[in-house]
This record gives sequence, C-alpha cells and structure tokens, in this order.
Amino acid sequence: MEKMSRVTTALGGSVLTGRTMHCHLDAPANAISVCRDAAQVVVAGRSIFKIYAIEEEQFVEKLNLRVGRKPSLNLSCADVVWHQMDENLLATAATNGVVVTWNLGRPSRNKQDQLFTEHKRTVNKVCFHPTEAHVLLSGSQDGFMKCFDLRRKDSVSTFSGQSESVRDVQFSIRDYFTFASTFENGNVQLWDIRRPDRCERMFTAHNGPVFCCDWHPEDRGWLATGGRDKMVKVWDMTTHRAKEMHCVQTIASVARVKWRPECRHHLATCSMMVDHNIYVWDVRRPFVPAAMFEEHRDVTTGIAWRHPHDPSFLLSGSKDSSLCQHLFRDASQPVERANPEGLCYGLFGDLAFAAKESLVAAESGRKPYTGDRRHPIFFKRKLDPAEPFAGLASSALSVFETEPGGGAMRWFVDTAERYALAGRPLAELCDHNAKVARELGRNQVAQTWTMLRTIYCSPGLLPTANLSHSMGKGGSCGLQLMNSFNLKDMAPGLGSETRLDRSKGDARSDTVLLDSSATLITNEDNEETEGSDVPADYLLGDVEGEDDELYLLDPEHTHPEEPECVLLQEAFPLRHEIVDTPPGPEHLQDKADSPHVSGSEADVASLAPVDSSFSLLSVSHALYDSRLPPDFFSVLVRDMLHFYAEQGDVQMAVSVLIVLGERVRKDIDEQTQEHWYTSYIDLLQRFRLWNVSNEVVKLSTSRAVSCLNQASTTLHVNCSHCKRPMSSRGWVCDRCHRCASMCAVCHHVVKGLFVWCQGCSHGGHLQHIMKWLEGSSHCPAGCGHLCEYS
Amino acid sequence: AAANYLLCTNCRKVLRKDKRIRVSQPLTRGPSAFIPEKEVVQANTVVERTNFLVEEYSTSGRLDNITQVMSLHTQYLESFLRSQFYMLRMDGPLPLPYRHYIAIMAAARHQCSYLINMHVDEFLKTGGIAEWLNGLEYVPQRLKNLNEINKLLAHRPWLITKEHIQKLVKTGENNWSLPELVHAVVLLAHYHALASFVFGSGINPERDPEISNGFRLISVNNFCVCDLANDNNIENASLSGSNFGIVDSLSELEALMERMKRLQEEREDEEASQEEMSTRFEKEKKESLFVVSGDTFHSFPYSEFEEDMIITSDVSRYIEDPGFGYEDFARRGEEHLPTFRAQDYTWENHGFSLVNRLYSDIGHLLDEKFRMVYNLTYNTMATHEDVDTTMLRRALFNYVHCMFGIRYDDYDYGEVNQLLERSLKVYIKTVTCYPERTTKRMYDSYWRQFKHSEKVHVNLLLMEARMQAELLYALRAITRHLT
Repeated sequence: MEKMSRVTTALGGSVLTGRTMHCHLDAPANAISVCRDAAQVVVAGRSIFKIYAIEEEQFVEKLNLRVGRKPSLNLSCADVVWHQMDENLLATAATNGVVVTWNLGRPSRNKQDQLFTEHKRTVNKVCFHPTEAHVLLSGSQDGFMKCFDLRRKDSVSTFSGQSESVRDVQFSIRDYFTFASTFENGNVQLWDIRRPDRCERMFTAHNGPVFCCDWHPEDRGWLATGGRDKMVKVWDMTTHRAKEMHCVQTIASVARVKWRPECRHHLATCSMMVDHNIYVWDVRRPFVPAAMFEEHRDVTTGIAWRHPHDPSFLLSGSKDSSLCQHLFRDASQPVERANPEGLCYGLFGDLAFAAKESLVAAESGRKPYTGDRRHPIFFKRKLDPAEPFAGLASSALSVFETEPGGGAMRWFVDTAERYALAGRPLAELCDHNAKVARELGRNQVAQTWTMLRTIYCSPGLLPTANLSHSMGKGGSCGLQLMNSFNLKDMAPGLGSETRLDRSKGDARSDTVLLDSSATLITNEDNEETEGSDVPADYLLGDVEGEDDELYLLDPEHTHPEEPECVLLQEAFPLRHEIVDTPPGPEHLQDKADSPHVSGSEADVASLAPVDSSFSLLSVSHALYDSRLPPDFFSVLVRDMLHFYAEQGDVQMAVSVLIVLGERVRKDIDEQTQEHWYTSYIDLLQRFRLWNVSNEVVKLSTSRAVSCLNQASTTLHVNCSHCKRPMSSRGWVCDRCHRCASMCAVCHHVVKGLFVWCQGCSHGGHLQHIMKWLEGSSHCPAGCGHLCEYS
Repeated sequence: AAANYLLCTNCRKVLRKDKRIRVSQPLTRGPSAFIPEKEVVQANTVVERTNFLVEEYSTSGRLDNITQVMSLHTQYLESFLRSQFYMLRMDGPLPLPYRHYIAIMAAARHQCSYLINMHVDEFLKTGGIAEWLNGLEYVPQRLKNLNEINKLLAHRPWLITKEHIQKLVKTGENNWSLPELVHAVVLLAHYHALASFVFGSGINPERDPEISNGFRLISVNNFCVCDLANDNNIENASLSGSNFGIVDSLSELEALMERMKRLQEEREDEEASQEEMSTRFEKEKKESLFVVSGDTFHSFPYSEFEEDMIITSDVSRYIEDPGFGYEDFARRGEEHLPTFRAQDYTWENHGFSLVNRLYSDIGHLLDEKFRMVYNLTYNTMATHEDVDTTMLRRALFNYVHCMFGIRYDDYDYGEVNQLLERSLKVYIKTVTCYPERTTKRMYDSYWRQFKHSEKVHVNLLLMEARMQAELLYALRAITRHLT
C-alpha cells in the first residue's frame, strides 16, 4: 500500500492508531463485526470464521473458530455480530437456518456455545440488544423473526412477517423495546419486543427487497434503509407517519448501510453486485459521495466502523477474500475530481452556468457587469440560496435571461413562414423570397435570391432598382456585376460551337484571374475585419466578467493577457447567438458556429467573397456577348450555400436547395444536405413551426429526412362502446360491430379527419363541426356542453 | 391438418408385423394431448380475462394452445405473457427478427416443432430474412456464435464459464454487447423452459396452421398413438411398480398427505444432523441418476433415436452438435465441479440486479413471474381442501435445481424423497432434462387423483425452476466476467 499516512485519535483514554491496510483471507467473507474494544474484528463467510487483531501495521490472525473434523453447515455464516457489551460473546447466522452463539471465554478449542435451530430457512441477520446482555434477535428467509434469551434453550418470542422473507433486523439504539425489520417485498416494520402479535408500524420503503437498515446512533428515530432499487433512504420515525427525509441514489443495489460515528449526516454503503467500492455519503448531498474507498476487487460484503466514536476508521470484508482497514484520510474524494462548473442553454435562449462560489464572488466583486448597450439582452443573476455546507465544493448558479419579447429570432420565424418553397415557377419563387427578405431588412439574402433568379431563369427584365439599394459594403461591385448580367441576359441566345469553345477558354483564363484576385480580396477582407477591431474589442471588454468566470479554472487561460484572443473564437459565440445582430457592420467570423444553433445572420462579412468573385467574372465576361450555361455557376452556388450554412443561416441554405431542386442537388453531397435539412427542421421545431417543418420534410429529397414524417403515424383508437382497441379499421369496431365514430352533425361515419370536443367528447367531420360552431356555441349532439373550436 | 405422431418402438414392431395398421387420427382434440378438452374449458369470466390478456400481450394475436392450457392459472398467465411480450416486442437491445430466431434456436435444442413453427411465422412477419430459415449456415456469424451457449444452457448449464462469455463479448467483428447477450440469454432460457412445458403438457399443434411458407416443419408429436389411446395394456417394466388401481391411488394420495403432515411435525421435535443433511443432497443428486428418463420404449440411445426420427434433419438445421444432451450432474465424478451454492448467488440478490442493469425492466417481470409461480396456491390437493402445499411446491422447485446441481443450504433433501414418488421423479426429470421424450403415460402415471389443473401447475413450477436455474448459471458467468 502506498498510502502510509497514520492517524492517531484520542478517545477517552484509549488511543486508536493505524493506517490503510489489508490482509488476505482464505475465503470470501460474508460479514464482519468489530469487538467493542476496537482492537479485534471477526470475519465470517461460507468457509471462514476467524478473529483478527487489528494492530498498527497489520491484521494478525488471532483465532480460528472453524474447528472440527467435518465442516458443518452450521459454520457457513451469512452474518456475524459481536456483542457490544460482552467481549466474549458472538453470534452467527448460518445459511441452513441455524443461529449459533459463541463464547470466547470457553477453555476448550471449540468455542461454540448454543445452537438454535428454530428457523426453517437461511437466517439473514442476527442482532444483539445494544444494552441487554442476553437478548439476541434473528431474521430469516422463512419470514420469521425470533428473539432469544441466551439463558434459555429456545426462543422467547416469534414475530411473523407474513411469510415475507426478512432481510435485516436492528434494535433501536435509543428506544429500549423497539426494533426494525426489513423485508423482501420492500416493507419496513417496527416492532415492540414485548408485543409479538403485531407490528407497531409498517410502511413500504423501497421498490423490491430492502437489504439493510441502520438506526442513527444519536438522532432518535432516524432509520437509514438500503434496497435493491439502488437507493438509500433516511426515515424519520418520530412523526406519526414515517417521513422520508433524504434519499441517496447509488449506482447499484445497496447491501449494507452504516451511519458514520460523530458525523451526523454521513453514512457508508456498499453494494451487492457489480460495484466494488465503499461510499460514504453526506445524505444532504445525494449525488456525489463524500468519500470513496476503492481497495476491493470484488463486491464488498461487510462494513463496520471500527470504533463507535471515531469517524476515521472503516473496516470492510469482501468476496475477493480480503479484509481491509480504510482510513478516511486516504479516501478518494469524488468531489475533488468533479467539475463544479456547468453551462447550459435553456429552451428560450437563456444561459445558465454554475461556477465555484469563490470564483464567482471574486469576479463579481471586482468587476460588476454593466449591461451591454448594443445588445438587446437582459442579464440577470439569481444566486441560488444553497445550504450552508461544510462540503468541499459549492457552486453558485447564475442565469442569464434573454429579454422577454426581445424578438431575437423574429426574422427567422417570419422568413420561415413567408418563404415560398415550391408550387410556382422558379422565377416567381425567387422573386417572392427576395421580396420577403427585403421586407425583413435582410438585403444580402434578397440579393442572393435575385441573383439566383438571374442565373437559373430564362432571360427577363430585372428591376434594377431592387439591387441598387440592397447592397451593403461591396455594393458597387455587386451592382456592376448585376448590370453586366442583365445585359447578357437580354442578348440573343447563343448556340455556335466556337462560342462555346471560346467561353470554355475564357473560363480557364478566368480561373487564373479569379485565383489571383481572390487572394487579393481575402486580404482586403482581412483588413476589413481588422479595421472593425475596435467594436469587437469593445464587445470583449464587456463580457469579460463572465468569460473569466468560465475560463479562469482552466490553467491555460489564467494568464491575464490571453483570454482576449481565445475568447474571440470560442467564448464569444456563446452569447452571439442569442443576440439579435443589428443590421450594422459586424465582422465576427463565427468559427465554432454550427448550423444547428444558427441565428446569426450572415451579414456583410459574407458579401465580400461572393460578390468579389462575381464581380471578377463580370469583368471578364462583359467583353463577350454570350450567355453561360447554368452549370457554370453551380460551383459558385454550391460555395454560396456552404457559406450560408457555415454562417449559421441554414435556413437560407435549405431554402435555396429546395427552390433550386435538381439544379444544384447533385453538386452537394448527400450527407451535407441531410445535415442541413435536419438542422433546419430542428430549428423550425424549436420555434414550433410545425407546418413549415413538415413542408420542408416533404420537399426534401434526402431519404433519411423524408422518412421523418413517416414514423409513428399510427393513431390508436378505442371503440367508444366496448372500450377495446379497434385494430383493423378506425371506424368500425370488430367486436361490437358498431360504428364508433359518428358525426354529430350529419350522423354518418367519419372516415377521415375527425374532430372532437375534449370536454364532452362529441365530434364529427371537421367541416361540419366548423360550420356548426359558427352558428351555435352548443354541442351539436345536444348534450348541452358549450364546445369551443380553436 | 392431421398431426403426425411418432411411433414408439413397440408399436413399430407391431406395425412391421402387420402392415395394414394405419396410423389413426389423434384421439384427443383441444389444446393438449394429455388433458381432455373439457378440462381446459373455463368459466366465462376467466375466458374473458384470458382473451383480454391475449389481446394485450400476444404477439400472434390469437389464443394459442399454450395460452389455453396456461389459462387454467390466469394469475400466472398474466405475468407469463407480460414477460414474454416484453422480451419479444418491447424495447430491447436485439432487433425483432433476431429475437424470434433465437427462440427458434432454443426450441430446436429440444426438437420442439411446435415452438419452432410458431416462431418461424413470427420471424418472417417481423421482417426476418427467409434465407436464414434454411439453417445455421445461412445466418450471420454473430448468431451462429450463440450456438455454444445455447447448447450448454439447454443441457448442461453448469459448464458455462466466464470464458464462454468472454468469447462472445470480446471485441471483434461479430461481438455481442453485454445487454444484447443478456437479452439473448433470457430468451434462450425462456424458450428452453417453455419447450419443457410444451412437451410436459402435451401441447397439440395449432389446429389451423396458416398457409405453409415452406419453412414450417411437419407437425410431429412425440407421443405414440398407443400413448394416446390411454391403453395400459402394454406392459411397462419400469413403471409397473407404480401401477396402482383406483383404490391404490386414493390411498396414495392419503399417504402423501400423511407424509406431509408428519414432515411438518417432525420439524419441531427431531432434527437431522448436519452431516446427514449434506449427504442427503448428495444422495438425492445421485439418485436422480437412476431415475431413468422416459419409459423403456423411449429410452433408447440417442443415435438410434436420431436415426429413427424423420424430423431431426429438419430441426437440426437450427442446431449444431445434436448429440449433446443432458448429462447427470452427479455422474461427472472425475471432474467434480463444485456444487452451485444457492445462497452465494441468488436470483433475488444477484441475478435480478445484474439482469435488470443490462436489460432494464426484465428483472421486475421475471421476478414477478418467479414469485407468482412459487407462491401460487389454491390450498387444495386433489379432493382435499385447506392444505398448505408450500412444502410440496418447494420440493418440486428444489428438486429441479438439484438436478442442475444447485443446492440450498437450508433445505432438507430428505423431504424430496418423502414427497415425490418415483413416477413423479421420472416425470420431472424427463420434462426438465429430456422434454422431447415425455409421454402421456408418464404424465398419467403420477398423482392419479390430482386434477389436470394441478398437474399443469406442476409443469409451470418445473418450467420456471428450470428457467431460473439456467439464468443463474448464465448470469453468474457474466458476473464473473465483469469482476
């Protein structure tokens, strides 16, 4: 063991010393119990029954109680208990149903004292009375609990659990006559030892068997129970009805539970299956164990605190044939490894995050946040009134709310609702959508639609007025481009081979040209971004308070100068999305942005690359009086779609994809398309635009997407007469041969859309009911209900 | 749709002599060949309840013969159907066709054509690939890998080790995830046990098989016509001892009641010594060796058995190593595998937690089913009322576990000897270990005074005990793999 720390505790004269250590047993242990002098421990199992002395450095075998030629089943122990008043007295419960007592004071080698063979099935638990020297209690699989007086040969009284197997029995430490018993069916019973006829109280504590229980050593009436349902519950038995005070959810069924001495809210648990660790919980913090002991390699079967007044020593026995002493100081503390910071978005764009209290306090003290003028967002901090904990980590929760009614994504909803995606000629669709975009003040998008129309539609006059005002920054080049196209479009059609060839040749030269100028443009672009550094910096300065809180814990970011450049890429977008970007110049490239959380409009920054390449073309092609095949642009359109999607405006990407249909589909790989579709549909559904989302699903050509609205389309109907499900047809019941759904207006069977009132459950054809309710507010069936149709 | 019946060797001899004798039509109608149809007919309320359950939980949507026979115990039927429905239809790690194919594989270990046919239909209905039904060579390697565990689980579950589990779950192209494996194991154990019930209760083939899809097996009952004629003229060497007349069987019942009472009283005053107790288990285990499975006409060596069977070729396409069968647990003196100590790995403490962790909710359903069957009682024994049958139920349950090498420390195996007569032991052993060899004669020869519904109850106990035994071994191996 590498853990060598030593603890010395003074306990009323006696001194406990020791270290974390373990010793190998010959066989798996089923239970352990400590002598009251805290210097010896007894280990019992199917084929082991030994007493070990706990010395400072090691366990020393002191006595083997398994004597005799033939191992008897009486020695196959399910449980063992050491009397807390008498150092010489032990009791074991055998798997064959025998209760054995042992007297260490006997001079012979065989220390077996008495044998009680009254139980018919395995005895699961034995328990001595905490103060009475001769009283022993046992609980068995046969559903009985028996109380033995060790001065007599057989039981004094029998308590019946109504043929439910008893899993644990425990005398109350505080109330002399009371004991608790737990059962396989999830019940817990309280008994008065003087009244064997019926239990004082019974309640259901767990779902499934309750494997263990333990009375609180100090608080009268506190009982902890552990069950197969992986829960530990703490009950207050002093009230009229047993009240559940705490509940700890563990990861495996709970086999043993033991209150930790001197720590009012701590208890230790071990599990019966799969999980080998021992946990110490603070019941007020039910999610993260306060301490964890990981020494065992197989399930822990027995745990015991070494001394009733010392909280630092825990002993345990395990199926891996080892006995361990754990020191609380050496325990691993999951809390330390836990990340006390959390960050999450709410459904409506709220942002909540929790961080270590100390950090939050320091931050807010240093730099109180002042609202950002340029962002219509309302920050509000709600400090959670967390319990005053002696715990190791406590976090403060902050919630940032978006301003209610801020309409942060209004444009998105409007656009989604008003766009036309199909059912009209391409030109009209483009025009319509351009108009919509323009009305919403999204000029660049409008521009794009117009350009698409130009590219893909037959020549037609474009109202140039549309364009002149629609451009933001690179407007002049864009305008130029458009004009040149208009000219070309109006020119007579092309057709001759030579022209085509030439145009091909041109294309080649174009690429060269394009390449060189593209770099040029990019540079320009960069410069522009740099130029806009001032507002960006300003922004950063504003959010610094929060961002520091988020990142300070990361050692990499603790450097005072660094955060800015990091934040630019990572931290900022977090807020950027909920912010409704005002239609002003902004040059923040959302690098980490995914289409899924789109919302940031692709603004002017996007204009530069798109427009410039076009402008380039226009320059070279203005010389030729020819029209290019639409295919020529598909690469550019593709890039444009990618660009929009990357900007977060997946709406645009999908809309264009749908409108253009076959014209571009083949250029974009299936997966990307599918990704766009699903992202857009997801967004639409978040905004509850069910109709639009369904239309998109319908119009999509991707198989994975279009099958979305073919799942779970079944509507199960029960017959209104016999209440049985109608399997074959929705309107005739197979069983009672009656038509189930009649229209209350026309008294015919409804086979299609059926609408019914949720108040009186009458209804009928959608059309009929609508018409009826226009004229009357009462139910058409005449039941007198005032139906409402909304 | 006439069912074909196997001919026992005796009849075959007769037939060979006299070629004119034709195989007659089955003499019993109704869901079971053992139980007269009128016995299965129920009161209206029960029928309604059963119909409701079938509607709710049946996968085929119709009242099959198994359900009809089980509806003698409606309470149990509900938990049975619920758990079966859950493992076949509800959320689970395995795809639906897989589940049915695994059921087919399990049933094939016992040549249970009834279950195979049922699941061939379901397999195709749930979109299974028809080609798979040509045999194991046509299924993915992954399913084929399940063969070994299917074989062991069906016949000698105590041989399952963590190595078998490791082989299946170790990463590779065809590996099983643990949840999938647990699902498969639950299905296998369920259908092995159900095959026991089908043979033990003489379930008849479904009356109106749907249009053959080419993969259905010829429905063959394993009972010879001579069984069905209920003709006791054929002398039966091994059972002649228990061939009581009516008077005898009446006194037989009285004697059993008497023994039960005595055992109950004995408990109070006299206790057997510990050594005695442990030797009693060994004795019972050994004795089960000499309980010959099947009657003499059917207990021919397997090779001969196989060669005589027309259907084996059909069934064997779903299994490998058809010769592998139950081998008495006690017989393997040389290897001496340790007895499974029930207290060290119980269903309630360990099995449940593991199965529920890996395949959520099935634990609760199985738990309910086991409890239900174990606690089911009407406090009647044949004509007697107000009888506590706990002892008898426990003896049946533990005897089955004993044959699979599971020992309860707190059980006195002497009770088995006292309570279960030899003909019953023969029946139990056949039904749980070689269900395909069950005959009507065996079914009839024990507990003559008891009602059919009580005998069905016995079958249910045997089925669940067997399922639990298989599950315990498999889950223990998985636990060992995990630790």
